[in-house]
Amino acid sequence: MTKLLTNRRAFLAGTAALAMPNIVRAQEARPIKIGLMAPLTGVVAAGGKEIVEGFQMYWEQNNMTVAGRKVEITVEDDASNPDTALQKARRLVEQGNVDFLFGNLLANTGLAVANYVKGTGTPYFIPVIAADDLTQRARIPNVIRVAGYSASQTSRPLADWAFKQGYRKIATVSQDYTFGHEQCGGFAQTFTELGGKITDQFWHPLNTADYSPYLGQLANAGVDAVFAMETGADASRFITQYASFGLKGRIPLLGCMNATDQSVIRTMSNEAEGIVTCAHFAEGSKEPVTVKFVAEYEKRYQKMPSIYGFSHYSGAMWVAEALAKIGAKVEDRDLFLKTVLATELVGSPLGKIVKLDSYGNPIYDLSIRKVEKRADGKLWNVPFETYPQVSQFWKYTPETYMKQPPYSRNFQGIKA
Amino acid sequence: MMLSRPYALAGAAFLACVPLVLPSYYVSVATQILIFSVLTMSIDVLAGFTGRTPLCFGAIFGTSAYVVLYTFSVFGWPWPLAMICGVLGASLLALLFAALAVRTSGVYFLLLTLALGLIVWGICLRWTPVTGGENGLRTELRQSLGLSARGLYACVALVVGVVTFAMWRFVRSPFGLTLRGIKEGEGRMASLGYDVPLHLTIAFTAAGFFAGIAGVLYAVFNDFVSPSTVQLAQSVSGLLMAIVGGIGTLFGGFVGAFVIIALEQAVSSVTERWPMVLGLTFIAIMIFAPEGVIGKARLLLTKSHNIDPDGVGR
Repeated sequence: MTKLLTNRRAFLAGTAALAMPNIVRAQEARPIKIGLMAPLTGVVAAGGKEIVEGFQMYWEQNNMTVAGRKVEITVEDDASNPDTALQKARRLVEQGNVDFLFGNLLANTGLAVANYVKGTGTPYFIPVIAADDLTQRARIPNVIRVAGYSASQTSRPLADWAFKQGYRKIATVSQDYTFGHEQCGGFAQTFTELGGKITDQFWHPLNTADYSPYLGQLANAGVDAVFAMETGADASRFITQYASFGLKGRIPLLGCMNATDQSVIRTMSNEAEGIVTCAHFAEGSKEPVTVKFVAEYEKRYQKMPSIYGFSHYSGAMWVAEALAKIGAKVEDRDLFLKTVLATELVGSPLGKIVKLDSYGNPIYDLSIRKVEKRADGKLWNVPFETYPQVSQFWKYTPETYMKQPPYSRNFQGIKA
Repeated sequence: MMLSRPYALAGAAFLACVPLVLPSYYVSVATQILIFSVLTMSIDVLAGFTGRTPLCFGAIFGTSAYVVLYTFSVFGWPWPLAMICGVLGASLLALLFAALAVRTSGVYFLLLTLALGLIVWGICLRWTPVTGGENGLRTELRQSLGLSARGLYACVALVVGVVTFAMWRFVRSPFGLTLRGIKEGEGRMASLGYDVPLHLTIAFTAAGFFAGIAGVLYAVFNDFVSPSTVQLAQSVSGLLMAIVGGIGTLFGGFVGAFVIIALEQAVSSVTERWPMVLGLTFIAIMIFAPEGVIGKARLLLTKSHNIDPDGVGR
């Protein structure tokens, strides 16, 4: 027992010593501490690694400094689980004393962390978390979607484009969860308001192995096109089975941007060719900055950047550009957040200037892109048409838009 | 057993001192450990004292959290009422599960409770208008209570103290002895005239009641609940904590929750392969101390006192 007590005393002395440097460091310009959370284990671990890669690539290119101040990044694994994400956010804020948080991939992890930082006031940047309400009805002032997008934002121009192609009847297939409801909702609402018709909406659980029940119905639905909202392994399975059922080339396939993201198509071949999606980033763009970014990323990681890598690279750049304006005074949270909101992202791989709306969501020139084969046979998304200045509210005013309920399985905004 | 009182007092004193010396983040880890200790002990009430190992306690625990957050945020009920509803909800669910499961035993009981837990998980995942689906429910319950990390710890520690005492009395009561009787010889107890299913149903419901209290605390602690709180992994991790601490030791719950959460914290900050390290640790514990940390300690203690180790109660 005495031995245990001395141990405990030694431990206490140790923790006291650990707490000391904080007091000393506060006087000089200590490094800026960033907490990066990413799912390094669990169902979306592959995307999580690319989050870390993109983020680190930016900071390493900039010698881990901004406006003369060093940057220290602590990476934490959220395990694709909201409870873990919350615990890690707590650790980063309360123990790590980070100046701001970055990251997370799954909407539920982001929502859990956002709810936590609502209480602490810690700035939290979410380049991948697309949950509509975080920058709409349930806006939290210290949560900003730098270089990200809200779920329904990118599917609206695609619906507009589809209508212009003469498609009048479209069926949707989607993963049955909020992210799917929102992306599908944006598409269905815009398409039906233009005068098109959504004939069927199929919802399937995450991790569906066999799509034949849906594909059989799609084949006989007499539709002009199919809109597929799929992510990750579901996306590659759906696209493969769509082709092997002989629907490829017979019914045009449109998708959400995640369906043909590099993380999905880099392991695929012919079956994904020709799918049309809409996104802010397209790795096949001819813009010199995009070409340069893709080449550098490929050299570093031996693969083309996915949405996860791109978003965190650009998100880091956005925050760095804001910090440079205020002499990296990250301690003044209000000033910092205000500056980020007012900062226009200039140097990003998009090759265009991007600004945030007053709700903390970017306004993009969105590209309609098609999956094509690069000279070396690898698939990539090539943009061929642009919708300039698309905000998360499309053509509505924020007030009218937010009066309608959030998209769900039951509310898709379909105009009869 | 004679020795447990000083140990219990020392433990309680230690827990009371925790927030005075630890930085605030570790206070919240300690809070989490306490909450999971209650969940673990509630599992142990069933697994250790009736011999029925459940795989659905994550679901019962999570249901309580869902009910608290839903009644508080959607119905706008005052928090004490919401909390009572949470515990009630968990107890009713446990009663329902008990009615369906107590006539089975062994691996059948395990699988049946696993299936029941999965149903709860499925409902939480798919009934989006009520449960928020994948995204779960969020509130500002903790913020509205105005509790700091230390304040919350104090409240949780108090509740955990009372609940632990209640569970301890429960398993040591004549009723608890009957449960042990059922564990050792179900047929004999039945032939002695004990209504075995009734006893098991009461035990299951009581355990669910305790798990519900843990769920309420967790709801306040996180201000958030999602299907990952009711999923199988939660039930399994609760059971693992019980096994690590020592099945049938009750207070092993504290040790198990501490070992696993502390290990998770420590290892995950070093390597992203932390699930593997945890897995290897479990294997090591199963090989070298299958009776759990407390069980092993008792065994060693009784050995050194030359007492027949059969009296340990395993």
